[in-house]
Amino acid sequence: MSTLTSHTAQANDSIGDRGLMARLHQWTVTVDHKRLGIMYVGSGLLFFVIAGIQATLMRLQLIAPVNDFLTPDTFNRLFTMHGTTMVFLVGMPVLLGFGNYLVPLMIGARDMAFPRLNAFGFWLFIFGGLLLYYSYIGSAGLYGAGSTPDAGWFMYAPLTSRTFSRGNATDYWILGIMVSGFGSMTTAVNLVATIFSMRCPGMTLMRMPLLVWMMIVVAVLILAVMPVLTAAQVMLLFDRSMGAHFFDPQHDGSALLWQHLFWFFGHPEVYILILPAFGFISEIVPVFSRKVIFGYPLMVAATVAICFISLGVWAHHMFVAGLSPFLNALFAASTFLISVPTGIKIFNWLGTMWGGRIRFDVPMLFATGFLSLFIFGGLTGIMLAVVPFDWQLSDSYFVVGHFHYVLIGGTLFGIFGAIFYWFPKAFGKKLDERLGKWTFWIFLIGFTLTFFPMHISGMLGMPRRIYTYQPDRGWELWNLISTIGVPLQILGVLILVWNILRTLVRGKPCGDDPWDAWTLEWATSSPPPEWNFHEIPVCTSRRPLWDLKHPDDPDEHYE
Amino acid sequence: MLLGALLVLLGALPVVLPGAQAADAAAPGASRVTTSSVDSTPAARAVSDPARKPLPVICAPGLAPNPDAGDARGVRGPRDLRDMRDMRDMRDMRDNTTSPGMLDRPPSSGAGVTAIFGADSPPSESIRQLAWLVLGICAGIFMIVEGLLIVAVIRFRRRRQAAQAAQEHEPTQLYGSNPIELAWTIVPLLIVFVLGLVTIRTIREVQLTEPPEGSLRVQVIGHQWWWEYRFPDELGDGREVVTANELVVPVGRPVWLELESADVVHSWWVPRLAGKTDCIPARTNVTWFQARRAGLYLGQCAEYCGTQHANMLLRVTAVPPDDFRAWLEHQATPAVVDAGVDEGQRLFAALACLNCHAIDGVSAGMFGPNLSHLASRETIGSGIVPLTRANLRAWIADPQKLKIGCNMPSLKLDDRQLDLLTDYLMTLR
Amino acid sequence: MSSAAIRQGAGGAGAPGGAGALGGAGARGGAITPGGAARDAAWRPSRGRLGMACLIFSESAFFCAFIVAYLFYAGRDRSGPTPWQVLELPPVIVNSVALLSSSVTIVFALAALRRGSVNLFRGWMLATILLGAYFLYGTGAEWAGLLRDHQLTIATNLFGTTFYSLVGFHAFHVTVGLLLLSLTLVLSLLGHVHPQRDHGRIDLLSWYWHFVDVVWIFVFTTVYVVGRQPPGGGS
Repeated sequence: MSTLTSHTAQANDSIGDRGLMARLHQWTVTVDHKRLGIMYVGSGLLFFVIAGIQATLMRLQLIAPVNDFLTPDTFNRLFTMHGTTMVFLVGMPVLLGFGNYLVPLMIGARDMAFPRLNAFGFWLFIFGGLLLYYSYIGSAGLYGAGSTPDAGWFMYAPLTSRTFSRGNATDYWILGIMVSGFGSMTTAVNLVATIFSMRCPGMTLMRMPLLVWMMIVVAVLILAVMPVLTAAQVMLLFDRSMGAHFFDPQHDGSALLWQHLFWFFGHPEVYILILPAFGFISEIVPVFSRKVIFGYPLMVAATVAICFISLGVWAHHMFVAGLSPFLNALFAASTFLISVPTGIKIFNWLGTMWGGRIRFDVPMLFATGFLSLFIFGGLTGIMLAVVPFDWQLSDSYFVVGHFHYVLIGGTLFGIFGAIFYWFPKAFGKKLDERLGKWTFWIFLIGFTLTFFPMHISGMLGMPRRIYTYQPDRGWELWNLISTIGVPLQILGVLILVWNILRTLVRGKPCGDDPWDAWTLEWATSSPPPEWNFHEIPVCTSRRPLWDLKHPDDPDEHYE
Repeated sequence: MLLGALLVLLGALPVVLPGAQAADAAAPGASRVTTSSVDSTPAARAVSDPARKPLPVICAPGLAPNPDAGDARGVRGPRDLRDMRDMRDMRDMRDNTTSPGMLDRPPSSGAGVTAIFGADSPPSESIRQLAWLVLGICAGIFMIVEGLLIVAVIRFRRRRQAAQAAQEHEPTQLYGSNPIELAWTIVPLLIVFVLGLVTIRTIREVQLTEPPEGSLRVQVIGHQWWWEYRFPDELGDGREVVTANELVVPVGRPVWLELESADVVHSWWVPRLAGKTDCIPARTNVTWFQARRAGLYLGQCAEYCGTQHANMLLRVTAVPPDDFRAWLEHQATPAVVDAGVDEGQRLFAALACLNCHAIDGVSAGMFGPNLSHLASRETIGSGIVPLTRANLRAWIADPQKLKIGCNMPSLKLDDRQLDLLTDYLMTLR
Repeated sequence: MSSAAIRQGAGGAGAPGGAGALGGAGARGGAITPGGAARDAAWRPSRGRLGMACLIFSESAFFCAFIVAYLFYAGRDRSGPTPWQVLELPPVIVNSVALLSSSVTIVFALAALRRGSVNLFRGWMLATILLGAYFLYGTGAEWAGLLRDHQLTIATNLFGTTFYSLVGFHAFHVTVGLLLLSLTLVLSLLGHVHPQRDHGRIDLLSWYWHFVDVVWIFVFTTVYVVGRQPPGGGS
């Protein structure tokens, strides 16, 4: 039962061909980008369920004012872990997992450039996540210091100093996220190396699927900003363990330095979280509208512009920190600027749909939901860029509403769409359409009930990160509605999980190209063999399969 | 002519409607408001007339200060928030008139009490105006783009009958269009350019780097989880007033806040008065506001600062300038020395209380709120419960029950000690 | 013409779920090849170079954060030793010369390797390692002096904090580089290094080593030039 023999066998063996231990072993030692991609997405979704439970508990506490369902410390730990988990242990792995799976297939390569590094990165991510969660049981501290980290997912100094965060909960955050971050960086290295060196013949950079462009930019951003987070975390570690004074106001240190370093990472991080979703949408919308993507070169230019500009907007998270009027104006300007390429993309997607023949299969439902919700979330983001308005809205529930619209309405809907779209490719079976539609509508309604009212309570003066709130400020109704949306979202996710499990066990085979799509991953079997393609394809245009299916009217004449 | 009359009426509205003249944004030059522009309704004048006898104070049972006694300096008139509130309530009940502005106070409960659009101060008003503009632009963009999406979804969906009939071939493939793409690059650029300009203009209006002339200077120091206020130079003769949690300011005069922190990052946010500004340790941030109406303004800390971040409430009471002066003078006096609670005072000095709390003339602790005039405040625990004898006693018995995680420990006192201390503290008006 | 390869075994156009047209006959082995024989002019650098470039890029970002912190805090101490008081330039200059020279020696080593002169290669590698090791020794000696004579630790003041972190992380990167260089030398001594096959890989290692030197130039400028202002004239 050596790994050599298992490598030459087909990847899509039926269950029961070999023992459970052998299969587990196969998955544990794999360096195949497809398996690693599935493992990334699977573990990310597991963390998603955990973070969802954390959010549910928070919303139960907030259902009524002056509630005592949770103690303040419990609530504070919950919102810290919810945010940290969603960003680092759900968003990053799921999106990078999709990138891992799809990029080599889309560029006609056999695997990533560094398969063993790929596996190493995955296990680093798992270890980092487990290390962070070990704090639930392993982190001891003085009374009140608690177990898991509780200083918020952006861990402002000096709340995170030894004085104000006693015990070692904060150290778990530092080390867990640092290790997990190294995992993300290895994926980024792999993406850059693979995309630039391993494209199939004929695939110039301007013929790559847009998802691949997004992944390049994501990789570059990760390489540019995650080390800055790592540096800040190391500085914090030095402060806490060696008495350094990086963020120690008592010794001439600056609390603002942490904010600058963190947000220099933190803002590009949210672009890292949305760009792959942009990529998913850029693949789904054309296929289901039956039209080529409108304005491919401008989409590429907009993506690259976002890459650069996103490195210059970070202080819009610090408009209330008392920076000078000049700096406030400067960062407002750069934030306004970055909204332009983002808007361009939305118009290009609309332009793709316009004049098409749109099939509303589940992936397209989620893509349309994405567009609708992201437009809203993006506009509230522009409102937040208006500095004086931000002086009222920052750190209030308005911001919470905004970022959940872009992260759930944007990233998560993109992920759901991607799951429905590429599940058949990865597992050879299509997810059930009807269950998918139930998932979409139930989750959408629940999401809207929960997050739309937050804009209102924010404008009514409700700050964020409060474990309870005063009655008689007009916030009760909106909080109640928000909590009512939660069971619907849970139901939607449960239906999705059920759909996935059922399809894995009992789904019908669907063939290589169930959606009649045009990019290279659909040119091989579902699931692909371990080596991806029997022969490395030669690419003639941006839609190689369109050329194949329409030999009378190939794309290359129009590009 | 009819049109002309209508226009004249419209133009007259801003002058006629009460409080509507508060809507114009204050430029730095225009904020040189003097105390004479205070609301001059009959009721306000009555209060500031020293010859007028103060009205009987409505007290909680068990507490009977003598309003006619005046304080140590013989200053009559309201000494503290409780006096002012009671006098205001009596006035409202008695003077059931329709004079404009008399009941014109910010809401004290319900939606709107902390609403960002309920602007009662020039910075909030500037922000509100800007907000309407921005909301309008964004709503317009939303309707257009979302509208296009809805049209696309409806108009271009695949119709099954048509598809089968036409034997399904692909629609016309449109690869792009330079003019269209240029248009939807240029137009958003123009829109954000406009937004940028109004943003910069409002930043310059609202974010002042120098205190407006005539402003009241207040130092705000955020602590985990209470607020310290210091008036370093308002009384002018070297007397600094230190109080906690409840800020009193004069109506119609700019208030210049110097924001600091004793421990972690906090944020001072009273939405009706101004946008929020962080209190960062080892750094002094500044902000300002100018209350246009007398009354109570609520807010709370807006930067996560630890366990009890949610209960670091803000209360700002704006009062007529003379009342403010009286209040400030009173706060500057030493703490009341009442022989009847002498044992309680000695207990305070003997226990660990004096290590953290300052009472002018008794102790000089710096870690906890200044208690010199504790009983002149309306709430305890930084706004979370009203100041009543029962609440205060419960607080001293075990602060963790009212505000778990706060920095004050229970000293495990027995009932007798608790009663003595509570009685003593309740005399500190 | 190039599209013929896709059309191999193609079925009709347009049918969904069709034909696996690219999946024709014959399974090929699992070796990873970079895109097969490229038939276009697209830029495809080697994956090793891309990988090392990514590493250098990300490590540069890491060092930037520490340099920013150093410059941000330069001159802001209100107590404790200042750079002007405690940093001695002459030994550090000797260190720097050693480290920068090691960049030259590694270039010679690679040239020798390419020519096939394995012994010369080993000699120059040894020189590189020794120069790098001297640099580490010099850094250690400087730190020992700071601790012993000035009681400067990472916890003393902002200068101590930022100095030890920045210089320390650079020294750490030098250490890692030295380990890799030593490993290469040992492998060569054991006969496992072949000029044609391994020149490219060791070239990548030399990129890392040059990076470490360039970072030192920045660190030196930040710590010993910009940040070391005389009293009264400083920031």
